[in-house]
Amino acid sequence: MLRYLIEKEFKQTFRNAFIPKMILAFPFMVLLVFPWATNQEIKNINVTVIDRDHSAWSKRLSEKIGASTYFNLAGYADSNDEGMITVEDGKADMLLDIPPDFEKNLVNRGETSIMISANAVNIMKGGLGSGYMNAIVQDFAGEIRAEIIPASGKTGLPLIQVIPQGRFNVFLDYKVFMIPALIVILMTLLCGFLPALNIVSEKEIGTIEQINVTPVRKFSFILGKLIPYWVIGLFVFTLTLGLSALIYGLVPQGNLLTIYLSVLVYITTVSGLGLLISNYSSTMQQAMFVIFFFLIIFILISGLFTPISSMPHWAQVFTYFNPLRYFIEIMRMTFLKGSGFMDIWRQLAALAACAFVLDGWALISYRKSH
Amino acid sequence: MIIKIDNLTKCFGDFTAVDHITFSVGKGEIFGFLGANGAGKTTAMRMFCGLSKPTSGEGRVAGYDIAKQPEMVKKNIGYMSQKFSLYEDLKVWENIRLFAGIYGLDGKQISRKTDITLKRIGLMNEKNTLVKELPLGWKQKLAFSVAIFHEPKIVFLDEPTGGVDPIARRQFWEMIYEAAEKGITVFVTTHYMDEAEYCNRVSIMVDGRIKVLDTPGRLKDRFHAKNMDEVFRQLAR
Repeated sequence: MLRYLIEKEFKQTFRNAFIPKMILAFPFMVLLVFPWATNQEIKNINVTVIDRDHSAWSKRLSEKIGASTYFNLAGYADSNDEGMITVEDGKADMLLDIPPDFEKNLVNRGETSIMISANAVNIMKGGLGSGYMNAIVQDFAGEIRAEIIPASGKTGLPLIQVIPQGRFNVFLDYKVFMIPALIVILMTLLCGFLPALNIVSEKEIGTIEQINVTPVRKFSFILGKLIPYWVIGLFVFTLTLGLSALIYGLVPQGNLLTIYLSVLVYITTVSGLGLLISNYSSTMQQAMFVIFFFLIIFILISGLFTPISSMPHWAQVFTYFNPLRYFIEIMRMTFLKGSGFMDIWRQLAALAACAFVLDGWALISYRKSH
Repeated sequence: MIIKIDNLTKCFGDFTAVDHITFSVGKGEIFGFLGANGAGKTTAMRMFCGLSKPTSGEGRVAGYDIAKQPEMVKKNIGYMSQKFSLYEDLKVWENIRLFAGIYGLDGKQISRKTDITLKRIGLMNEKNTLVKELPLGWKQKLAFSVAIFHEPKIVFLDEPTGGVDPIARRQFWEMIYEAAEKGITVFVTTHYMDEAEYCNRVSIMVDGRIKVLDTPGRLKDRFHAKNMDEVFRQLAR
């Protein structure tokens, strides 16, 4: 009986004008577009320099900033007010205010101060921009100190240089960080929400009634709906692995068997969620709305973009109920750190628990008669 | 008696859609289940098929309790809903194969019977056509064939000829007679009163209750009407 249902589902899927194209377009988007678009490194911050010193050193500082890949010199202003206008007009994101006697104070007293103001409407840009600027100014101070101290014969403070090293992602490449997590979103859409929409569309068209009036067991019907999407999901997953190795040279460090086991557990989990949504929705519109609701919430509290550890405690509690969280952790750990089964079993067990609850609930709430 | 309904009731909140109906249908009978729009026919029929749970009362279809053994009922019936509900994006033979497979027929049996059925209803040339490309009359013939493909004891037809042209309607009723001759009980709703005349017995439902139940001939005598249309008008006004 199941054979006929699966056969039907595949025929319909591949006969559809849209879905097969989507299934292929998704992995390409995930690999070629999203990793670049979700990059949270801040570059090209426009800076207006208010140079009130017009000295050699003030010029050197502004040139040093302009030479950095993080900053562009948007122009010069003569006063803070004039500089603010460039921010208000959107021409600049930051102001660097170098006071008069900048060079003189540095030489005579060995100290001076400069002011940085950042447009913090975009707090990422504002915050990181100030940080980068600070680092450049400190670096500049170090250079100056190194030049002055031997000349003046003064004994300066010991200089401590910090050399950061990124483990597991040596070049701190954002794409390497994002791709394993974006695959999770891909699996969620393909194996969770696509079958949900499929079932609701059968409700809307009315064909499900013809199925419900047959003696088909509900377990067979549900498996008949899900198995094709699991097959498609595994195919797309494999395709994505191959493409990411080909395009970015990103090869999973962990055991492939562990990774595929996790994928299997995850797709049964999200399928349960999808089924549950379809059980409680009678129209596509309703189902779509519920899907958006869950997708947005799940993504925002999954640790995809923002680390879970920096969320307030009550928000962290929500993440415990989010299957995406566990699968993103598993994927990043196995892909980048090469974690094995013993390292991820907790996340996997949590996923299995989610699967048990969601699938069980979906099976109980699916009704052939009302 | 193949259908035996006793005081069957269905309420949706305060609204009583089907109100204590009692009747029975004999084996091989063509039973017309008439009533105006909203009289509760479809609701009642969905209960007989095990699609909807009764609020109170009892019913046995093909010997099984419709509330307690709906899946057993479903094994023994065929159903054709008011809304066309075969898969439009599957071919004619694929639809037959799917439903026959669900009822447990094996692959060889299915392909052999598919050809016989398609020849009989004159759709052999359309075997590989997507169902959405068929005209409505042909679709309904196909839906009926699918509903009786597994040789059920009873077939429930909910307005099978709605929107179908007179010639196709005529052919459809020929198919119904053929099925009845094979011993399949036919339970049919319709709004065409000429079709009501073709039934062995008819009931007319008004506001959730069965107002009358008899042969078309006796009903016409009783209401001094020259056709079923007049009978219907007098009752269902």
